[in-house]
Amino acid sequence: MRNLFLVRVTVVAMTACLALAVALVNAQAPAYRAPRAADGKPNLNGIWQAINSASYDIEAHSAAPSPVLELGAAGAIPAGLGIVEGGTLPYRPEALAKRNENRANRLKLDPEVKCYLPGVPRATYMPFPFQILQSQKHIMLIHEYAGAVRTIYMADQTEAPADSWMGWSNGRWEGETLVVDTKGFNDLSWFDRSGNFHSDALHVVERFTARSADTLNYEATIEDPKVFTRPFKISMPLYRRVEPNAQILEFRCVEFVEDLLYGHLRKQPSQ
Amino acid sequence: MMSTRVKFFAIFVSFVIFAVLVRAQGPAYKVSRTPDGQPDLQGFWSNATYTPLERPDKVTKEFYTPAEAVAVEKAAAARENEQTDPGTVADVHYDFTQFGLDRSQATLARTLRTSLIVDPKNGKLPPVTEEGKRILAARAEEVKKLGGRWDSAQANQLDDRCIIMAGPGPPMMDAAYNSNYQIVQSPGYVMILTEMIHDVRVIPLDPSTGSGSPRAESRGDGRLNAPTQVRQWMGVSRGRWEGETLVIETTNFNGKNPFRGSTENMKVVERLRRVSEDVIEYNFTVEDKSMWERPWSAEAVMRKTNGPLFEHACHEGNYGLYNTLVGARLEEKQAAEAKSKKDSK
Repeated sequence: MRNLFLVRVTVVAMTACLALAVALVNAQAPAYRAPRAADGKPNLNGIWQAINSASYDIEAHSAAPSPVLELGAAGAIPAGLGIVEGGTLPYRPEALAKRNENRANRLKLDPEVKCYLPGVPRATYMPFPFQILQSQKHIMLIHEYAGAVRTIYMADQTEAPADSWMGWSNGRWEGETLVVDTKGFNDLSWFDRSGNFHSDALHVVERFTARSADTLNYEATIEDPKVFTRPFKISMPLYRRVEPNAQILEFRCVEFVEDLLYGHLRKQPSQ
Repeated sequence: MMSTRVKFFAIFVSFVIFAVLVRAQGPAYKVSRTPDGQPDLQGFWSNATYTPLERPDKVTKEFYTPAEAVAVEKAAAARENEQTDPGTVADVHYDFTQFGLDRSQATLARTLRTSLIVDPKNGKLPPVTEEGKRILAARAEEVKKLGGRWDSAQANQLDDRCIIMAGPGPPMMDAAYNSNYQIVQSPGYVMILTEMIHDVRVIPLDPSTGSGSPRAESRGDGRLNAPTQVRQWMGVSRGRWEGETLVIETTNFNGKNPFRGSTENMKVVERLRRVSEDVIEYNFTVEDKSMWERPWSAEAVMRKTNGPLFEHACHEGNYGLYNTLVGARLEEKQAAEAKSKKDSK
């Protein structure tokens, strides 16, 4: 009898502890509330940049020498802890073989080397700033690299009219979070400089949430059944460029790669 | 299918309406405000026009009558369609008419003006300075050094190289096709996206001029300035609201994309004012003491068009440049082989 009472007391106490723990965990989560734009939506306007080494490799990686001998330490690859949840990309076996082939030939094959548009989500974590410009109908993402631009349709949403490098983005607000659903990609962009790639079946759902006055949480769920066995998630903070004169400058790289792409077709003086 | 006669009658009517609107300019239209209080210029716009920047030599007046304007447009459209005669170079490029790219199929930003230039009064660019003549001569020498057009990628025009086209400017000009723009405003900024090569201008607004929209996220006063060493294809722009008019000043050009001869010292002042639901008056003044004896000004129109804009990945799909260079080298090889064959006989 007495034992039963003790058991009861213990169960009640344990339940109370558990409830308290759950409440604490929940309370920890979305503590920050972003300032509001004039239309009442969270104000994510600003110039933002990722600070990590995902542009080299979105998976965890050690530091490595420069792929271009002449660049020495200046062109060497910094280590990174990776941005992929679970650590490893869930490639299909044949896709993994293609990734490895891409990686082995990255100087020849990486679209960034040719100054091609970066695709999504790669544009977000390249070592260049990008600007979020928020209006009610359209939210613009303006990237310094190659002047890449994304229009996020908050109204007048349609399916992608054609495949493209930067995809076709429709957005919506979920409380504090801007959710961007992007499809209609071509199969030409990569995720990083290490040959990680996707097909034209790519579907990216990104979530932008303010985590403090000068930082955002960025998350993306990536689905591509032709290349991966399951959807996977990447995440990272984005940092505000707080310099008073911060601005997106031109990085119009086409002319920087003309000799690389067309130099072998130059008329030879002897001819 | 509209008959040609009906179509040109419709064009005539649009010119008449335009003429009436110009005369009736008054306080009738009140431009609405964005949530942060800026005059609202947002949406999709076209500046496609057959009106030349400079007045044609044989034209002596400032405005056409609506009937004359129709005739001029009709002749220009016919010339534009002609360029795609089978077997011509343009036809090998692609058929502008077939792909809906000629201006007669675009939203035309019509004006009765005979030239976009309104100052000087003769509708022509002002005289070139002595320094300007030396610069033009030096440039011609540089071009000569590049050799023939197909000798290298760099010997081609900027638009064939997918570096920049006429659209983004500044000043923003008709780009021959796809002269489409998207304007988006957020607190402290006006963004103008050009469809051609997705060229985008993010223009910060000076909050001290009462735009009502300080850049909330800025740690500075919003009056951006770029050091003189920073030189850009589209320059560096700063904007301000003067009443209903958006005034954009641009300097810091790199001088590699001369606008009618301009140098890196060019300063462009653009003025955008929405005068009706469908029309933005687009006026600009160009000053470049290195090239012209005095500043000159033009008045153009941007007309509302249907969105959305599409991605124009020009460089990524630039088979034209690659193939013409391959073709030129092949021709040289064939010519050399033919010559050695002939010599060996």
